[in-house]
Amino acid sequence: MTHKILIIARSAPYGSSLAREGLDYVLTSAAYDQDICLLFLGDGIFQLLKGQQPKQINLKSQIGAMEILPLYDIEDLFVVEEDLIERNIDTKDLGMKVVSIKRAEVSQLINSQHKVLSF
Amino acid sequence: MKFSLLILASPYSQQGGLSALKFAQACLNQGHQIYRVFFYHEAVQTASFLQTPQQDESNLHQLWCELAEQHKIDLVTCIAAALKRGVLDKSEAKRYEKDGFNLQKPFELSGLGQLLDAQINSDQLITFA
Repeated sequence: MTHKILIIARSAPYGSSLAREGLDYVLTSAAYDQDICLLFLGDGIFQLLKGQQPKQINLKSQIGAMEILPLYDIEDLFVVEEDLIERNIDTKDLGMKVVSIKRAEVSQLINSQHKVLSF
Repeated sequence: MKFSLLILASPYSQQGGLSALKFAQACLNQGHQIYRVFFYHEAVQTASFLQTPQQDESNLHQLWCELAEQHKIDLVTCIAAALKRGVLDKSEAKRYEKDGFNLQKPFELSGLGQLLDAQINSDQLITFA
């Protein structure tokens, strides 16, 4: 049976490997035919920024790794409008197509899913 | 209820590792079932039997082994996260031509598919970060 799984990405892309290891779980779940959507919450939004240059710190690009998501049929990427404003980020600064929701709508998104996990 | 635990916390640098153990003990004491404990991120260090804390401190590896043996709990360590952090069982050590290994039963190495399986087949998956 296919489950609707929401993965909440709350970690900034570098400084901790949690963002990367969370993405590995996303790709694994999708490979097992689950219906995955992603919510980038708080500093997790930084994972989506264009123009990341992590080569200088010997790491692989988080946004580069996420370009594969549509191939896994993961197309529902949510961000929170208030998180963008608080960090002075415009959706055109982001490297993926996202749906912007209000913070008050987050609980509704979570309730619409069978399973939720956050990294 | 059927619980699974996802542990991300480093065993001795963060409280999450010990909290997870306490939570598992509390679940079992109240008659709940632990479907699986999955060690990921820094928590893979918990699986190493070489850890040697001082005698008056908790040995998390030992405590998990005792709990697992008593209650037949599945202790799964993410293989990719473990290998890069130097946590290997005998067969992986052989495969990568390493001189030693530090993971053995009741801990086992497996893939992230086991975490997905735990998430799907448990009533609750609780994360300890």
